[in-house]
Amino acid sequence: MLRQFTCIMCPMGCSLEAEVLPEGRVEKVTGNNCKRGKEYAVREVTNPVRNIASSVLVENGELPLASVRLNAPIPKKDIFPVMAEIRKIKVTAPVSIGQIVLQDVLGTGSDVIITKNVKRKAEEL
Amino acid sequence: MRQADAVIIGGGPAGLAAAVELYHKGITDILILERESSLGGILKQCIHDGFGLSRFGETLSGPEYAQRFIDQVEELKIPYITDATVIRLTGDKKVYAASREGIIEIQAKAVMLAMGCRERTRGAISIPGERPAGVWTAGVAQSYINLQNKMVGREVVILGSGDIGMIMARRMTLEGAHVQAVFELQPYASGLPRNIEQCLRDYDIPLYLSHTVTDILGKDRLEGVVVSQVDEKLQPVPGTEKTYHCDTLILSVGLIPENELSLEAGVTLDDRSKGAVVDENYQTDVEGIFAAGNVLHVHDLVDFVSMEAEKLADAMARYIREGGLPPCELDIKTDGNVTHTIPQKVSGKKSFRLAMRVRRPMKDGAIEITQDGKTVKRYKFKKALPAEMIQIPVEAEKLNGEAPLEVNVIC
Repeated sequence: MLRQFTCIMCPMGCSLEAEVLPEGRVEKVTGNNCKRGKEYAVREVTNPVRNIASSVLVENGELPLASVRLNAPIPKKDIFPVMAEIRKIKVTAPVSIGQIVLQDVLGTGSDVIITKNVKRKAEEL
Repeated sequence: MRQADAVIIGGGPAGLAAAVELYHKGITDILILERESSLGGILKQCIHDGFGLSRFGETLSGPEYAQRFIDQVEELKIPYITDATVIRLTGDKKVYAASREGIIEIQAKAVMLAMGCRERTRGAISIPGERPAGVWTAGVAQSYINLQNKMVGREVVILGSGDIGMIMARRMTLEGAHVQAVFELQPYASGLPRNIEQCLRDYDIPLYLSHTVTDILGKDRLEGVVVSQVDEKLQPVPGTEKTYHCDTLILSVGLIPENELSLEAGVTLDDRSKGAVVDENYQTDVEGIFAAGNVLHVHDLVDFVSMEAEKLADAMARYIREGGLPPCELDIKTDGNVTHTIPQKVSGKKSFRLAMRVRRPMKDGAIEITQDGKTVKRYKFKKALPAEMIQIPVEAEKLNGEAPLEVNVIC
């Protein structure tokens, strides 16, 4: 069976075609301009994964929110359960880029990391 | 009056990248003026990942991408002032800014325009109907949700298939809203194919091409929108109206370079790009005033903004050191398949990078750059989309310094 994908690994957005055998194995990928495209097509057939970004509440920060993302993509089916976990997170300023705020979220092996530096709120004089 | 070699108007990705590169080229008397309370520009609210693949070889969120440059600015101790809005720029490079310390007046040797762009609004596309709350541009909705922790709505319709609109479709879905559909006036999407895939298709959000919003319903809060199909002339087809009940309409209908200051300084704008007319050095027709990034032409990738700004900085450093740059008098002309080019003028004596977009989606064609009827460069493509900026390096050896260049799309 021939399956078509738009590669999301980079902005080029290559149109990929994957030849999938009946047992679900990918025989051949065409249309990709790099090896990431091939890997992407294989994963789309076997176990599609995505990264997600959101933001979490910051207490005592100069900003009300700090943005977060995962440090590795997760299976597509886990996106909404992981979002529910991210929504529960509350951090206290200061936070900095790369800081892990939730390890191995729902056993996916991915951590939730901060992507914006948020300083403590300036003391009122 | 305060003096500076280089004044950079705008502390977003273009301004930051140029500042760092200027410093590395030996120009250290720099001042960045930023109207918001921190550096980073629009990247502060672009929390999704996908930035940095071309510039850093890894994929980052917007705030992380910006921080890489902010860290360098801090390390190099490049001066910047935040909460400082430039209110006037003159042709002889005097810059006036309103700041917390009052009005700042600076005489610059060279000025970089790096003000970015702004969103087209409901008014710009003249949607008829009531004027209830709940109609937002995508960037404003993004700011509310990602920076201010305010959810803008629950039942959402999106007009326009720009990248920010699609990214907001995903973002609002992740935050529990129901995005009913994205409608696009043109017969093709205006955003990148990867965003159609990962922002719409992943969440089963339909994209309807050749459709537009023709009425807005509701008194205090939006209650619904009427959507119509459009014909080849982009005119609504009577009888195709369909009502969608929603509390939120997100507009992602284009970006316009923000050039009020440029105009005041006497810079000539290009009607097609809505940014300045520049030469291969990114210098405008006002000597010593340069422009790059989204204030020059709207980019689809921040990586290209940074790289363009770095090239500008190389030329600007030379301008400051040598007091001028060689004249660029050759026009770059285009056929009807090309929306615009950057630069619009060249010397014919220096290699440059031509940036352009095609007017409509095309397959299996070539872009031909000619001079005096002779082919200077041929760039073949399998597909070309208006959503994707095309960049073609043009080498000096192939050029002569006398005739204008022509860019034609053969398809």
